[in-house]
Amino acid sequence: MNPFNRRTVLRGMLGGTAVTVGLPLLDCFLNTNGDALAATGAPLPPIFGTWFQHLGLNPGMWVPETVGPNYKNNIQLEVLNPFIDRLNIYSGLKYFIEGKPLETHTTGSQIATTGEIPFGTKGGPSIDSSIASVIGRRTRFRSLEVTFGGTRKTYSQQSGTSRNPSEPSPMALYKRVFGPDFKDPNAEEFTPDPHTMARQSVLSAVTDHIKGVINRVGANDRARLDEYFTSIRQIEQQLVLELERPAPLEACSIPGQPAEAPPGTILEDAATNCKLFAGLLSYAAACGQTQVFNVYVDSMQMREAGSSYIWHAATHEESIDEELGYQKGVFAFNTWGNMIFAEFLQTLDGVREGSGTVLDRTLILWLTDHSDARVHGLEKVPVMTVGSGGGRIKTGIHVSAPGDPVTRVGLTVQQALGVPINHWGVDSNGTSNTITDVMV
Amino acid sequence: MGTQLMASKKLRQNVSHVPGGLCLVVCLSVAGSLLALANNAGGTRGLSEETFTRRLTPEQYKTIIADVFGRDIKIGGRFDPGARVDGLLEVGAGQVSVSPAGMEQYDSMARSIADQVADERHRDILIHCKPKSVREPGNACAQQFLGEVGQLLYRRPLTAAELKLQVAAANEATNIEQDFYTGLALSLAGMLSQPQFLFRQETLEPDPTRSGEFRLDAYSRASRLSFFLWNSGPDRKLLTAAANGGLDTQNGLSRQVERMAASPRLEASVRAFFSDMFQFNKFESLIKDTEIYPKYSSRVAQDAREQTLKTVVDVLLTRRGDYRDIFTTKKTFLTKALASVYQVPFSMPVPNGSPDAWRPYNFAPQDPRAGILTQVAFVSLHSHPGRSSPTLRGKALREVMLCQKVPSPPGDVDFTLLQNTSNQEYKTVRARLTAHSTQPVCAGCHKITDPIGLALENFNGAGGWQTLENGAKIDVSGALDGVELDGGTGLGQAVHDNSAATSCLVNRLAAYALGRTPKKREASWVGSLGQVFADNGYILPVLMQKIANSPELYRAATSELEDVTMMVAPEQPRKEGEK
Repeated sequence: MNPFNRRTVLRGMLGGTAVTVGLPLLDCFLNTNGDALAATGAPLPPIFGTWFQHLGLNPGMWVPETVGPNYKNNIQLEVLNPFIDRLNIYSGLKYFIEGKPLETHTTGSQIATTGEIPFGTKGGPSIDSSIASVIGRRTRFRSLEVTFGGTRKTYSQQSGTSRNPSEPSPMALYKRVFGPDFKDPNAEEFTPDPHTMARQSVLSAVTDHIKGVINRVGANDRARLDEYFTSIRQIEQQLVLELERPAPLEACSIPGQPAEAPPGTILEDAATNCKLFAGLLSYAAACGQTQVFNVYVDSMQMREAGSSYIWHAATHEESIDEELGYQKGVFAFNTWGNMIFAEFLQTLDGVREGSGTVLDRTLILWLTDHSDARVHGLEKVPVMTVGSGGGRIKTGIHVSAPGDPVTRVGLTVQQALGVPINHWGVDSNGTSNTITDVMV
Repeated sequence: MGTQLMASKKLRQNVSHVPGGLCLVVCLSVAGSLLALANNAGGTRGLSEETFTRRLTPEQYKTIIADVFGRDIKIGGRFDPGARVDGLLEVGAGQVSVSPAGMEQYDSMARSIADQVADERHRDILIHCKPKSVREPGNACAQQFLGEVGQLLYRRPLTAAELKLQVAAANEATNIEQDFYTGLALSLAGMLSQPQFLFRQETLEPDPTRSGEFRLDAYSRASRLSFFLWNSGPDRKLLTAAANGGLDTQNGLSRQVERMAASPRLEASVRAFFSDMFQFNKFESLIKDTEIYPKYSSRVAQDAREQTLKTVVDVLLTRRGDYRDIFTTKKTFLTKALASVYQVPFSMPVPNGSPDAWRPYNFAPQDPRAGILTQVAFVSLHSHPGRSSPTLRGKALREVMLCQKVPSPPGDVDFTLLQNTSNQEYKTVRARLTAHSTQPVCAGCHKITDPIGLALENFNGAGGWQTLENGAKIDVSGALDGVELDGGTGLGQAVHDNSAATSCLVNRLAAYALGRTPKKREASWVGSLGQVFADNGYILPVLMQKIANSPELYRAATSELEDVTMMVAPEQPRKEGEK
């Protein structure tokens, strides 16, 4: 944060009226390659994303034949071939329910995202939230959550008592990120808004006061109020950033406002929304607005236009094709999911930052709830990562870890992105074993 | 406009917030003085998961704003979704916090509301004073307005420190903006973003009737009462009663309960409670396949929800009827869209002034529809997008209406046989379920849900009528807890006659009022409520008044203070005349 009191400085400078000032702050420009901040020589910061897609993948259709580098994608993942050198596939992993009741489609999701089973309000932080607490503290948004299914479902949470609802509307996301409060980092002139300063003044006064309140309440409620303060600190951070001249970011350009797209469950609509979200998230990252995003593919209710057969029903109802040996319709659904994932990656890879792209400094963790959704399978669960987060993990590797907890991947990713932990997960879903094959 | 603010005269603020001279935490303990006490006692024990504050529900937030500032103040924005705990969002509200995205929304809503309050159209009505100069801080007017409005928003008078802070914030913002009303609006917006407004604070004091024990203080009692009976914060009369000791005696409390129960505002609370208990928030994400159910639309879903609420209000409030009759009543209310789903005639009277889209309707005695279980809302909410589900309906009936828990299915179970609707060997869902239940691991749970849900099989996944499935006649015989029954009317009668239905209602309503599930130690209280309910013909307002008049509603449980050895007194409330 700033080494001096901006409120005082600005108040003196403004004297209550709007003036244009060029603040000598964050005078860091991209180097000639455009991929590092010249002032420090540090590379552009990493971006972390999750892609959560219910209903697994078809057994036998996604695990590569060989382990290690230079693997070839199995048929269901061939659509990701353009990214195979940046794709890691983790096979053989498992969700442990340890005699607890299985909440189908939920238990696996909880373990994947939080490393433990507790439901409802009892859960801890999701992996993205832990990572955002390290890399998302200085951006305008700690994280951005989107979904294609029309609901506001999410697996992103500070804890079970504070969940980050997903945004189903690209237009609403556009307004949130690139609306009136967005400050173009490449604008020639910068004018701090006195109204923003007045807001900051009121907010900082009342939050100072409430900090005293937190110290007087019990532990449970303190945790909840801490979450409230994490949330209000984001508002404070936004106001601080609105009053600062932002660092120029070469790759940042403001995307056009998307038209309102139906947030329905038809595959075509979801694909359209996915593309729109991909563009908005790419530029949100390129413009320094966030370093963490979560994509929730609400696949359960999705269906093709003109068909009444939803994805979830297909997994349970469709017979295994005797000749092919798999569920044909489910295969089509799953492959479609992989296709829009590939399109999403393509969009991130299309936003250039110097000699690289946004995808180059991104690390995306692909998660799902079940292995074989037909029987609510919890073993041999597919997990993927795409991207190295700016060289923080090795890529292009198929890791086979039969019977190991899914959380091994989450632990590895968190460590790679600087979360100071050496164990993640609870009981059998807990692990201290990172996946050394991909560690740098 | 008729707002509380307009009508409000400054309340007495000589509040002896904490009688007895001993100040136990309180005035500002946002989330639970008991927890604070125990925590400050050196962490001798972790207190229970009970919590003492609830995040305002969207409905409560909107109602308070309308009560305080009037209904023409527009509220735009979205609220964080709630969490359902032990069957109620109102219980979950005691455990949730605010997400960063949710805080952005609160902040935006707060600024929009405050801007409207202070705009030229509203300021002369809502702000009962004027600054000497609109370009400079107006200390006296800011103090008057923020103090006046603050007690309605915080549901208690502001402490001296709080008021001083809000006035200073308004003054500083006024200096920056050089506009009094903009500065005042920003301070008000700050107030609307604070936990004292967004969460329901509860504060303790020694219980004068039970030595060594504790109860909510007068303002917290007023809030608990008001949110329970009106689903909103206390009105001016109730706050005045709290300030004057009017809630400190049983007679005083009873007078307020009687006044509030007689108000038309009781309906808002009854609607909120049943919307919560019946899990109507699920309508927000309900999807139906319109190719299979062409009559289904978001309009039908909205009307279906309202139909059930209207039916419940009609039985319970308008007719002051027996609660159990909601499961058997033949009377309901329809719109044109619903009449089409029910396949009954619908005629609107000649428009006269403001025509109501709703018409009362009585199903004929022999009609297979009776009671809320046969209405579109229940059967469509607990179905798949493209077909009915006896299992989901049976599970919902047990969990929602009877407060019983049905386990989830185990892992690694093949559902293909059960759900393949085109399998000609098993034409009906009854046949498929029977085959599926031959697996012992499945049978245990299915036998407690399916016999209930199968009785509703004449109602398809969107609430329409069906008699055949894959060409085979649908059999709607079923059973509930050993009682054989037939069809939806039979099921409604069986639920009507099942004692779990009324005990469930009593438990849920007590939890709704307390903001948590009643504890074992409160079993005798809940038992006595059940007895009063039964003795009075299961009349809901009688039960609500009984709960509202119960000291138990306002008590801190003794066992939770056993280990407390130290007490802290953080901040004193403002005394009369103190600036």
